[in-house]
Amino acid sequence: MIVKFSLGALKETSAKDYAIRFILGGLVTVVTGLIAKKFGPTVGGLFLAFPAIFPATATLIATQQKEKKERLSLNGVMRGRLAVAVEAKGTTLGCMGLAAFLLTVFLLIKNQPLAVVLGAAIAAWTTVSGLLWLLVKRGR
Amino acid sequence: MTELVIRFLVGGALVSAFAAVGTILKPKSFAGLFGASPAIALATLILTARRDGPVYASMEARSGIVGAFAFCAYAYSVMKFVARRKSDAKIPTYAFLLVWFLVAFGLWWVLGLGRIS
Repeated sequence: MIVKFSLGALKETSAKDYAIRFILGGLVTVVTGLIAKKFGPTVGGLFLAFPAIFPATATLIATQQKEKKERLSLNGVMRGRLAVAVEAKGTTLGCMGLAAFLLTVFLLIKNQPLAVVLGAAIAAWTTVSGLLWLLVKRGR
Repeated sequence: MTELVIRFLVGGALVSAFAAVGTILKPKSFAGLFGASPAIALATLILTARRDGPVYASMEARSGIVGAFAFCAYAYSVMKFVARRKSDAKIPTYAFLLVWFLVAFGLWWVLGLGRIS
């Protein structure tokens, strides 16, 4: 199997990191709404794809990798950097999926029920992101 | 005030849920796809479509496509930078947010998104 699940990875993330993600996610959603209210939907809409969580997630990954290596008395900075680079590579592909999600919403939302639109948009995100990831993986 | 609290809770919950899924997936390059999850877009569009209507939500979604390309430029810049430099990865992931602002507002201006409705 190409993709695997590891529920144990959830335990490696501290309660503080979960709280940071929740607060950041909530704040960006609030700020996006406030920007749209103040400057209109065409400006506010840009922030639907603001990389709010990525820096926090990347910092967490780098710290975890660094600590793992330092427990073995090794320099973990390089390992942390490479882990962030791999994460960023996946995120770069995921952005195309996010664009597909938003394009689907843009094309359907005026004519279809909201549940149908969001279902189709999630399907577009999953399909485009997954296919691009497979293409890049096989192309290496 | 109630609307802001609902936005905060829905946004926080969806971002946490997508991040948790990203955490349990391997390899890391696949999990990285969740770094660009549609959590904030989903939370915002659910609330906006109900409150302001589908036309307003479609305008937000159209600008969001531009934001997604800016996000792509940001993530690509971070990937290239941290892979080549020897410094810690923390500072570039925040500093390169400037790339997102430049690309997002640059494209927004070039495409004239503020003028069309």
